[in-house]
Amino acid sequence: MSTPIRIVRSRIVVLPARDVDTDQIIPARFLTTTERDGFGGALFADWRFDAAGQPRPEFALNRPAAQGAQILVAGPNFGCGSSREHAAWALRDFGFRAVVSSSFADIFRSNALKNGLLPVQVDAPILDWLNANPGVEVTIDLEARELGLPDGSSVVFPIEPFARYRLLHGIDELDFLLARSGAIEAFERSRVE
Amino acid sequence: MSPRSLFEKIWHAHEVVPETADTPAVLYIDLHLIHEVTTPQAFAGLDARGLRVRRPARTLGTLDHSTPTAPSRSLAGIPVRDSQAAAQVAALERNARAHGIELLDLGDPRRGIVHVIGPELGRTQPGMTIVCGDSHTSTHGAFGTLAFGIGTTEVGHVLATQCLLQRKPRSLAVTVNGRLGNGVAAKDLVLAMIGRLGVDGGAGQVIEYRGEAIGALSMEERMTICNMSIEAGARAGMIAPDETTYAYLEGRRGAPAGEAWTRAVARWRGLASDTGAAFHGEVTLDTATVEPMISYGTNPGMVVPVGGSIPERGDAAFLQALAYMGFGPGEPMAGKRVDMVFVGSCTNSRLSDLRAAAEVLRHRKVARGVRMLVVPGSQQVKRDAEQEGLHEIFTAAGAEWRESGCSMCIGMNGDIAAPGQYVVSTSNRNFEGRQGQGVRTLLAAPATAAAAAITGRVTDPRELTA
Repeated sequence: MSTPIRIVRSRIVVLPARDVDTDQIIPARFLTTTERDGFGGALFADWRFDAAGQPRPEFALNRPAAQGAQILVAGPNFGCGSSREHAAWALRDFGFRAVVSSSFADIFRSNALKNGLLPVQVDAPILDWLNANPGVEVTIDLEARELGLPDGSSVVFPIEPFARYRLLHGIDELDFLLARSGAIEAFERSRVE
Repeated sequence: MSPRSLFEKIWHAHEVVPETADTPAVLYIDLHLIHEVTTPQAFAGLDARGLRVRRPARTLGTLDHSTPTAPSRSLAGIPVRDSQAAAQVAALERNARAHGIELLDLGDPRRGIVHVIGPELGRTQPGMTIVCGDSHTSTHGAFGTLAFGIGTTEVGHVLATQCLLQRKPRSLAVTVNGRLGNGVAAKDLVLAMIGRLGVDGGAGQVIEYRGEAIGALSMEERMTICNMSIEAGARAGMIAPDETTYAYLEGRRGAPAGEAWTRAVARWRGLASDTGAAFHGEVTLDTATVEPMISYGTNPGMVVPVGGSIPERGDAAFLQALAYMGFGPGEPMAGKRVDMVFVGSCTNSRLSDLRAAAEVLRHRKVARGVRMLVVPGSQQVKRDAEQEGLHEIFTAAGAEWRESGCSMCIGMNGDIAAPGQYVVSTSNRNFEGRQGQGVRTLLAAPATAAAAAITGRVTDPRELTA
């Protein structure tokens, strides 16, 4: 059982680059740990900090307006590259609870949904508008599958029905699979040569 | 029954529970490959709930990502780079022991990169479903398997249940007509394909590669192609098994033997896509346009022929990538400075890759000021290469002949370049910082990498081998 998710309401941080890969989200040198926590400090490490470890003031996540924001808006094909779940853990640990983009890489989307990080897919014109309006407040309603914009309008976003149900009710996927042990056993027996 | 594709046949044969509108399919996994980096949290999750690994015999572990590759007479004795990486290695050793999983440990002569050893040991077989907490699991699709990368939470699901919850992906047929030209490698073909499809062109899809050019490839070349499917964003890449596949597998330790082999081959012959099988998308490539390729940007879709020039574009993302690389639009790639050369990775570290590099390096020297690392994909590849004397060609040329591992492909073990340096690399990703902070990666085939090492410049290998 994990914490159910229904509404995320927050200012947005905008990172318009397309094809943001998981090596940028969390560079490989931070992957030698055996823990799931503590990756937030290394999120976008090489974009956030210079060679001396000082924050780059121009980077979106370092701007004062970004502090406390829970929704990241990013360019198309967000999370491409490696399968490292550490990318989803780092975004979550930093404080993000949703990423809005016009498309997501498959493995990243799967990893995000398993960690209470909502991948919210919108059409290009909506993404362009959000990218042009950093700092506005938007509302993600998972139950209604709606992204609410500041002018009161909203757009519906697609989300895999089982993932939505699971997140709304705090259901663990492994519990669901374990409950199918009978079917798995029957399948294994049927395949023995 | 309506005609079915290779992918549909494998998918259907592994559905424990078919998908519905409300729930994904429960998909059975035949082989789960594990390594030190993406498993500790999964085992911890099992332990916290008192769960056991359901099918240890369907699980095989190796150590590759953060392990040292410095030359050594006794690999088991080399210290892992730092205490945290060492703890990660120790965690997999402990977890494998506790759950009865076979682990190819540091001193094991069969150890190597996870996507090299599966096929090498005959554990990767046609018709299987194979997963691993590593995006390049698509490599195994070369054998007509459905193989894909998963996250650590899913690693835990497979450990505990031998199953995954999955929505059925769409299918994409990529047909490659013609034959590759002299001096053109499988790596060049797949780089050209990614350039054509784009880095998200395969998203949500399983690619089946087919056509004359694919049928003519060796298993090692097919692995190079399927390996980089993920760089086009695809869920998996696969090639129907044929005589080439069976000839590779026969007699390998993990492959069936005797009558079981005969039965297995008969079964595998039925896997190929039926005539008229439908795909959600189809793309055709002609080998006539494929030449030795090289990447110029910060994703694997940014590629041109070695003899070509960087495109003239002005959009912000493109210019930002070029700024990172220190290149400008319209510049020719041939002649660009090279500081380091890496031959290795799950893309290009098998015997035929090392032969291709050695052929260019024979009787030649690595240019002054250039450092070249040759990292075999497994300890078996290392022994085979040494049997042929390839290591003597590399060391005589001034290259470093190393122990197996992922090495500079991901740079987790300390094998990295210095900020600002240019690395011609046979690996699969040229993302910013992939081979060290500020390092600029140029992806290429082994022969092109070797040519760059000799001249210290980006060079068409055909100029040196003609």
